[in-house]
This record gives sequence, structure tokens and C-alpha cells, in this order.
Amino acid sequence: MYELKGVTRRYTRGKQTVHALEDIDLTIPDGDRLVIQGPTGGGKSTLLQMLGGLDRPSSGEILLDGTDLAKLPEARLTRVRSESIGFVFQSFNLIPTLTAQENVETALVPLGVKTKERREKAAEALAAVGLGERLGHLPAEMSGGQQQRVAIARALVKEPKVLLADEPTGNLDESMRDEIMEVLIRMWKELGLTFVMVTHDSALAKRAPRVAIIRKGRLTVEENPGT
Amino acid sequence: MFFTYLRRELRRRRKAALVVASGLALGIALVIVVSSVSSGMGKAQEKVLQSLYGLGTDMTVTKAMETSEEGGERPERPRFSFDAQAEGSGEEQSTDHVMVQGFQSLADSTVDKVGEQSGVADAVGGLSLQVVKVSGEFTRGRFQQDGQGGQDGGQGGPGGAGGAEPSEGGRVQGGGADFDVNSYSVYGTDVTEPKLGPLTSSRITDGRTFKASETDAKVAVVDSAHAKEKELETGDTVTVKDTKFKIIGIATAESGDAAADLYLPLKQAQTLADAKDKVTTIYVRATDSQQIDSVKSAIQKNVSGTTVTTSADLADTVSGSLSTASSLATGVGTWLSVAVLVTAFLVAGLLTSSAVSRRVREFGTLKALGWTSGRVTGQVVGEAVVHGLMGGVLGIALGLAGAYAVTAISPTLQAELGGGAGGSGGMGGPGGGPGREAAAKTLEVALTAPVGLTTVALAVGLAVAGGLVAGAFGGWRASRLRPADALRRVA
Repeated sequence: MYELKGVTRRYTRGKQTVHALEDIDLTIPDGDRLVIQGPTGGGKSTLLQMLGGLDRPSSGEILLDGTDLAKLPEARLTRVRSESIGFVFQSFNLIPTLTAQENVETALVPLGVKTKERREKAAEALAAVGLGERLGHLPAEMSGGQQQRVAIARALVKEPKVLLADEPTGNLDESMRDEIMEVLIRMWKELGLTFVMVTHDSALAKRAPRVAIIRKGRLTVEENPGT
Repeated sequence: MFFTYLRRELRRRRKAALVVASGLALGIALVIVVSSVSSGMGKAQEKVLQSLYGLGTDMTVTKAMETSEEGGERPERPRFSFDAQAEGSGEEQSTDHVMVQGFQSLADSTVDKVGEQSGVADAVGGLSLQVVKVSGEFTRGRFQQDGQGGQDGGQGGPGGAGGAEPSEGGRVQGGGADFDVNSYSVYGTDVTEPKLGPLTSSRITDGRTFKASETDAKVAVVDSAHAKEKELETGDTVTVKDTKFKIIGIATAESGDAAADLYLPLKQAQTLADAKDKVTTIYVRATDSQQIDSVKSAIQKNVSGTTVTTSADLADTVSGSLSTASSLATGVGTWLSVAVLVTAFLVAGLLTSSAVSRRVREFGTLKALGWTSGRVTGQVVGEAVVHGLMGGVLGIALGLAGAYAVTAISPTLQAELGGGAGGSGGMGGPGGGPGREAAAKTLEVALTAPVGLTTVALAVGLAVAGGLVAGAFGGWRASRLRPADALRRVA
């Protein structure tokens, strides 16, 4: 479970101080599916990075199962990321020189999983997202939707507690978007993950049980009772 | 995963890898060529010095000729006397003059004294001689009175006019001289010590060298150039001052000129020159090559009036293209190598750093996945080290090709030795002529560029160092990369 208490993030850009997040309080229970929406530059991605331990707040606490990510030393924060958090990015962020299977394996490297087991797990994860026949393909040999499915397999192969997705369908057309969302929601349900997704797409937001909206660094949460 | 990732990245970025490796290769190749040429210069200098000293000699002890004002020994002026023969007798007369060459002679006891000095392993004496032989026909002129038959008269001296001279009431007709002057050098060598002395600068190419038992034997070893000129062979006889010596071997100088035209047992040479128990040069071998300076000081202190010349002293007198090339190799060549190498390291570092900048998203993603900075840095350094090793292999190949080319071309270098003032008594070798000044001696040596294992090991070390320097640049950048910044920058 995430608990955010008075989270503020400011940074300087030239001579200006940008208030990306202002005094955010938010609770995300285990197994929740939360969509974060808001205008460009509103602080959505910053909030997602805070949740993923990729950035630290200027002030406030980010508790993940009672551990304050804001105060963790870098080595432990890296460990938390490798064990508990899976990321999916808008641009897929696959390593272009590695095959689909090897890309998925990169998520298991920090956990010290042996080569053979690593390969098997990566193959299983790719099969779970429908890419069991594409293990040896390079990213450049796959479509955008397939690449994003590799990225999802990479995020989930280590069986994390949290899946964070930053505009996962942003670079895909409508049919691909639905295909990816179907995979993500299926995995969320199957694995009992806490799933936080940033999106501009209102259609996707309407399907989420809770929507957090960030405007000028301020957060409001809306419930979607129908979902 | 490390090696898979490494292999894939190197294959993908072949051009970039080749650019970094080529830069390093250039620097490494230059280092190999310069160090091998420097080594070749050293060997050439060694050859030059050996041609004077002979192998195994660390220093020579001599005594400089004193000028007439100083009142010491003076170089002898040869004088030749011939009786004129009757015209038409056809009898050839010859005489040869043997004189000590180059240095004031030292007593045999000095050799023992030098040998007793601390740090001296061995000391042997040698006597350098110059033989001038005049041979030909010398006939009287015929005095002829006007209108009368002639009668013998006058005498055709060396160089004397052979034509008629007017005289009161008659004139001298006919007579004169037809002679040949032949000069060559002789070296008396201690046959009991074959491993030290002037003959060690040559190699026996026919026959044999002296035996230790041949102290009193009338045997000689002839230099191959002299043998060729005089058409001498092993088994022939050569006559010096009416003494016949049997030629037992032909010696060929390892490089440059030979120490002498003819080598005789020391005792025989002393007898010929009427210089009993005298030597001109003492050849010294030190017990330890590190102690040469202290041995030199000891000899100078304890054997007064002598000049001790070490190979280092001799090397200082080497001039000519060998010296210039040597200075260039050790000076400009070394600095050029260092400059190119440093530049190559920096360029490799900057290119690696720039490659990290282009892969910000990749490394940011890996960090987001939980890769530690150390693991990411290790990957970058690994790639750079492989670039370095590729550069090393390429550089070693280029360097070996360059060194091989130098050896194949074998440019000839000239070494001028001992030219100018002979204040120190000149060189230990017999190249010096009579008198206080040692004559300048010009030797030609072919330059080679030998590549030793040390040089190759140095190249491999430099390749790894180049890779590590480049990796340090890139690794530093990669380690400082914060995942949030990396992902934000490319979002």
C-alpha cells in the first residue's frame, strides 16, 4: 500500500522554480487500479516517478508498505525498484540490440537469477503476453504493440507488487491501444497488482475505478462507481 | 547477460568501435615503432662501440702522446735508406719500418696493476703498430762527359730525379727510383686471453684464431678486407720486417672497419716494434656492468697518467646521422608518441562519454529496472576495454608492420667517432693515428627496429589502459545518471 503525505516536489529550471507537486496526500491500497490524468506539465509523470522511487520529493513522505522511499539510501531504493516495482514506458524503452527474451531477462539480472531460470521465466512472461513465438526477435523487427507487450512482460516477469505505466498506449493506434489495455488489465487481475497508470486518454480513464487528476501540482481523486 | 549485452553492443556500434580502436591503435603503433627504432639505435651504437672495443670490453686504458713541448715520447718519423744499384741490375730492394701507433706506450706491468684494481674482472694489453713498407728499384745515374763514354756517378735517392742534370764538363744520365709505399696496421694481441682485446670485434670467417700456446709462434690472422686487397689466404705467408708469419685465419669485422689489417701475438708485435714489454691499450672488463664508473675512478686514481675511456664516454663522441637519428628517436619520437597516445586516450574517452550521452534512455531504463550504477558502469567500462583491446591488436599489427618496414629498408646511418680534439687521448681503438689527436673514424651501420616482448607487453598494457581511461570517462557519466532525469530527458 502506498501512502503519500504532504509530498512536494520543486525543481529549478534556469532562474525559475517549478512547483511540480504541491502538498500531495494520497493513499493507494494494495490491488488498486488508479489512473492519473491532467494537462501536460501538470506533474503526472513526476508523481509516477516518485511512486517508482526514481525521484525523491523535496519534502513529504512516500510510504510503500510502511517504508519511506524518500529517505531510503540509493542502494536500497534500487533494490526496492528491482524487486517490487515494474515500469512500462510510453516509448517502450527496449534495449535495441537485445532480443525480446533478452530484454525481458534484463529485469531479472539485478535479482541474481541464474541464466537458465532467467531464460525460462522470460519465455513464460512473453508467452503470457502472446509473444511466445517472438523470443529471438529484435525490437526493430516488431510492431509498436508487440514492443509494448515485450515491455509489459519485462515489467511483470519479476512478479512485482506494483505496476507503474506512463502513457503505455501513447505511441499506439486505437486497435493496439485496446489490445495493450486488455493485456494490462488481465495481468492486473491475474497477478493482484497495484496498478497506477498515467494517461491523457479519457476513454481509458473512464474505465478505471479511481482517477487522480493533477492540475498545477495539486491533486484531486475521483471515484468511478460504475467500473 | 554482461557478455551477451557487450557482444551485441559492439556488433551494433561497429563504426564507433572502429573509430575509438583506430585512434588507440595509432598511438600504440607509434609507441611500438618509436621504441623499436630506439632499441635499434641502441643496438647500432653498441655495434659501433664494439667495432672499436670488441665484445666484452667495458673500458680501455691508454696514455696520450705528449707533444714535443711536453718532452715525452714523440711519434717517430720513418726514415728509409737504400743503396743505389747499377742500372739494369733489376734487383728490387725493400725495407719496412714498424712504429707504435696512436698512443704512448705503457709498460706491461701496468696491465697487471690495472688488473689488480677493485671491480676489474680481467685486463689484457694490446700493441697497436703501423708498418710502412717501401720497396722498388733504386739505380745510379751515369756520369757522361761531353764527347766521352759515361761513368757511374750520382745516386738516385727516393724521389730523386731520373733525368739528366747538367754539370761542369759533363752530365749524369739515367738512374732514379721506381718504388712503392705500402702502409698497414698491425695489432699485437694477447693470445692467452681470446675473449678480450681487439680481435673480439671481428669474427673468424676462415681458418682459426690464435691458440693460447702461440705466444711465441710466428702466426698471423688477417682482416678479410686486407686479405682481399693483398690476395692473401689462410696458409699463405706474410712478411713483416723480414719476419715471416703464417696466416692461420681470416677475420671479418662485425661492423665498420676492423681494428687492424693484421693481428699478431703480442710478443711478436713487441719484438717487431722493438717495444719489449710495452703495450698501447689495456682492455678492461669489469666484474659488474653497474660498477663501471667506480672502476674507472679507481684506475684513474691508482694508475696515474692514464686515460680511461668507457663505452659511455665513447658514446658521447658519436656524431653523424646515427647520433642525430638517435636524438630524434629519444627526443621528438618519444614526445610524439606520448602526445599521440594522450590524444588517443582523450579522444577515446570523449567518444565513449558521447556514446553514453546517446544511450541515456537505455541506461536510465536499466536503472529503473533495478540495475545498480556499478553494473551499468561496468557495462560501459567493459565495452571501452574491448575497444582498447581491439585498438591494441590493431596497433600491435600496425606497429609490427612499421618496425618490419624499417628493418626491411634498413636505412644506413653514419657514425662519426672521435673526431676533433683528442684531449682525452682519443679512443681506445686503433682508429687513431699517430700523434695527440685521434683521427675521426666514420662507420656505417644499418638501422633495424627489433620488437621485443617487453614492447608488445607495453602495447597490451597501453591498450588496456586506453580502454580503462575511455571507460572511466563513460562510466563516470553513466554512474552520475539519475534515472528520473534520464527518462525525463527523452520523454
